[in-house]
Amino acid sequence: MGTIIHPKNGEDWASSFERARAELARAKRARNASFVLLLLFALGISFWAGEVRTSTLLEGIPNFFNYINDIAPELRHDHLLTDLGEWYWNLGHWLILLVDTVLIAFLGTFLGTVAAFLLSFPASRNLSPNGTVHFASRRLLEFARAVPELVYALVFVFSFGIGPLPGVLALAVHTTGALGKLFSEANENASLDTVEGVRSVGADWFQTMRFAVVPQVLPNFLSYSLLRFEINVRAASVIGFVGAGGIGQELMFVIRQFVYSDISALVLLIILTVVLMDISCERLRHRLIGREALL
Amino acid sequence: MLSIKNLHKRYGAATAVNGVTVDIPEGQMVGIIGRSGAGKSTLLRLINRLTDASEGGIVCCGEEVTALSGRALRGWRARCAMIFQQFNLVSRLSVVANVLIGRIAYRSTLPTLFNFFSLEERAMAVRALERLDMAANALKRADALSGGQQQRVAIARALVQEPRLVLADEPIASLDPHNAARVMDALRTINREEGITVLTNLHQVGTAKSYCDRILGMAHGRIVFDGPPEALTLTRVQEIYGAGGEDEEVRQALGLPGQSRPEAAGGACLASA
Ligand SMILES: Nc1ncnc2c1ncn2[C@@H]1O[C@H](COP(=O)(O)OP(=O)(O)OP(=O)(O)O)[C@@H](O)[C@H]1O
Ligand SMILES: [Mg+2]
Repeated sequence: MGTIIHPKNGEDWASSFERARAELARAKRARNASFVLLLLFALGISFWAGEVRTSTLLEGIPNFFNYINDIAPELRHDHLLTDLGEWYWNLGHWLILLVDTVLIAFLGTFLGTVAAFLLSFPASRNLSPNGTVHFASRRLLEFARAVPELVYALVFVFSFGIGPLPGVLALAVHTTGALGKLFSEANENASLDTVEGVRSVGADWFQTMRFAVVPQVLPNFLSYSLLRFEINVRAASVIGFVGAGGIGQELMFVIRQFVYSDISALVLLIILTVVLMDISCERLRHRLIGREALL
Repeated sequence: MLSIKNLHKRYGAATAVNGVTVDIPEGQMVGIIGRSGAGKSTLLRLINRLTDASEGGIVCCGEEVTALSGRALRGWRARCAMIFQQFNLVSRLSVVANVLIGRIAYRSTLPTLFNFFSLEERAMAVRALERLDMAANALKRADALSGGQQQRVAIARALVQEPRLVLADEPIASLDPHNAARVMDALRTINREEGITVLTNLHQVGTAKSYCDRILGMAHGRIVFDGPPEALTLTRVQEIYGAGGEDEEVRQALGLPGQSRPEAAGGACLASA
């Protein structure tokens, strides 16, 4: 990459360098300008296609606050405890559902991580044992992540019935695709000198992956999986909408029944849980980074 | 022991190794010298089969090395240990784990994947480290060691492979003179004490002359010199390295007086860098 500087007749290196630099800067400015134009164009199209109109927006804003007002609980400061108790009248049940949700996310993340781990090695461009295996594992991962969790959940609810199992499977499949891509990119960046060193002692493909690549990428893998767990806790509370278990199923139920104060109670619980998971995973990830692999 | 016949390696239009034919008897310590791009690394990689030859053959102890595949190929690689300029250890693993990697070709895949090695194998690894004065560091992480120490770990890994042949690709090019001497001493020791054949690429003529029984000079993928260190005269070195190859190091190695015009030597140095 980069231009080679050719001094013109009688020109010294410093001035021919300046000339080349100015040319490069001009080309860069032109590129940036066309990029900005493209961005503006894309934004314009999206506003139009998404029917984002100021009138609709302005008319909708009062509705938004009305709904918030409807679902807000009635809390009087002289009866705060009883009001809170009434608002969270079903707290025990909801907490169990929340734990369910986190467990669905955990199991889905775990299964997805294992599958992504196994597929990431053949899916790595420079490590794959042969072309066919590489092609197949790549396409498999692409398909797994192209379909949203919610769609998988729908399909699995149809096949396995309502409950947490389709939720776990939906998260696992999507996670396999999403993590598989990140994992295989980490593999591709692993040092090939090390790979060659292990290959030179007579290691087979599995042993080469195990000893040359895994130690290099494992900390990254752990960090990515924790990040995915955070995402999956959020996703797990949504996929319940289509009957795939957890707190989402309950939320969908109360929304359908117009049990207004329950809606706000559940949404608040979900937000709290997600924030809590985010913070603890974040902490854990920072501790893991830079820690040596215990292998 | 090792017999190479008419070996070629082509990369597109370029030919890295161009008809190498050479016989190496058991127990010899052979140094390969030649300028950058002469094909030295490629030759060693062809012998270990890290790359496949375009033409020609390698036979070792009656075995057609160039025809091996699968399990037999991995067995061959285990018996012809390789040492690299950049050490190529697994930096996040411990020293002893790196040495044990030298055993994995002798084990079935599954137990090794779970890092199961026998007590004897661990003892073997520690004894190999001990021979290289590295046993105390067995539980350190490989990247916590200096370059010279890492190269000695690499030699220990080669030792537990119980090889008949060790291929070293510029093993001392990244080391300071003190560490370089320790590594070369270690290679000569395993050559003398175990009778392991050693084939090593070297940057410096002096090192090749003082450590090796036999020197091969390569230029443009061909062997242009093959003889004992004493036969390596200034003319021969010039044939290997081309004109201007005789820098200060070479003159010293050949026991010649230094250049009369030091600025000329400096100029040659800059141009060749
Ligand atoms: N993988 C490759 N693809 C294309 N060309 C290659 C490849 N490996 C080596 N070559 C070419 O083959 C020739 C010989 O390379 P080789 O690495 O064997 O030289 P060398 O003698 O070891 O040099 P050095 O002293 O710099 O290590 C060089 O011209 C190099 O560019
Ligand atoms: Mg080389």
